[in-house]
Amino acid sequence: MSITSLLAISLGAILTNNFIFAQFLGICPFLGVSKKIDTAVGMGAAVTFVMGLASAVCFGINQLLVAAGLEYMQTVAFILVIAALVQFVEMFLKKNVPTLYTALGVYLPLITTNCAVLGVALLNVQNDYNFIQSVVYGITGGLGFLLAIFLFAAVREQLEFADNPKCFDGFPIALITAGLIALAFMGFSGLKVW
Amino acid sequence: MNVKKQFKEGLLTQNPVLVQLLGMCSTMAITTSIMNGLGMGVSVIIILTLSNIIISLLRKVIPNEVRIACFIVVIAGFVTCVQLLLKAFLPDIDKSLGVFIPLIVVNCIILGRAEAFASKNSVGASFLDGIFQGLGYTVVLLIMCFFRELFGAGKLLDIQILGDWYTPIGVLTLPVGGFLCLGTLIAVMQWALAKSAKKKEQKENTEKEAA
Repeated sequence: MSITSLLAISLGAILTNNFIFAQFLGICPFLGVSKKIDTAVGMGAAVTFVMGLASAVCFGINQLLVAAGLEYMQTVAFILVIAALVQFVEMFLKKNVPTLYTALGVYLPLITTNCAVLGVALLNVQNDYNFIQSVVYGITGGLGFLLAIFLFAAVREQLEFADNPKCFDGFPIALITAGLIALAFMGFSGLKVW
Repeated sequence: MNVKKQFKEGLLTQNPVLVQLLGMCSTMAITTSIMNGLGMGVSVIIILTLSNIIISLLRKVIPNEVRIACFIVVIAGFVTCVQLLLKAFLPDIDKSLGVFIPLIVVNCIILGRAEAFASKNSVGASFLDGIFQGLGYTVVLLIMCFFRELFGAGKLLDIQILGDWYTPIGVLTLPVGGFLCLGTLIAVMQWALAKSAKKKEQKENTEKEAA
């Protein structure tokens, strides 16, 4: 394993294979909490944190499952671990970092059902990443999510004043905006790390 | 129990994707060919119906504080069953849907219906709700697949439909196409709902005047 492979993973997770715009993971919170920049960034940060942590823990769990010959229990085991993890993070933040806890508010429990988190755990297994690669993929994938939701929230704040056909109000025009941002992200697809 | 009403809600007025805006990830990600859409749709119908039944049966046993965790365990169990069955009997579909089969666990439609419907209603009603909501989801998937496969690749079910004269709009099969296609579809739905609401209002008004 070299630094280049980590760099390639990071670049892929943030730009070329962005979780939102290229892989369609985590669309629900992406559309749900992107009305304001502040909350969007808070959500992005929380997701990054949980994705990194989940990658690390699920890597260990997967080793245990493989050792026990129970690979088919992956989905069940991972989702339980993630749900427990989110609960744990919530309790920890509440006790030790109350300011961050109040800032994240209701978004913390919502992370359990964010498909990007379960997705990253499953993709780590699928891609045969080792421990460090998994954690890097988790964190940079989260950063990619943060970047996407920040850009989208910034555009969406302006969208409120746009004069679009009435039936496009709300979600449709937001989706089309997201599509255009995705189109821009396709421009990164030529990027490569040697 | 109102079968007709539930049917209409699942497919139109409370359509899980177009109106409730649930389960968008899979809707946009896998709708590049009709086969994918069909595989995903049928899987979701099966899982949604079974999990609705089980959760409705257990609704008086599950303590309120840990209900979400319980729902997720039930759903994850069924998803694993479907995943193993697909791997065994339809490996092609399993391969092309990839990570999105296990991700049905966190598909908001299933958890959403468990929370909003199955945990409050009788087994029979929950069973019907599962089937109709699943059908609503599948219909939307198939509409998106139809447009994206036909105009994006000129094919349907892998058979060339449009001849050489047609230049495929390749962008439709890319992620961008998913966003644009779903956005337009939701806009059409909003337009139709607004129109039918207006019609109803007009009808009521004329009735009032007549009276």
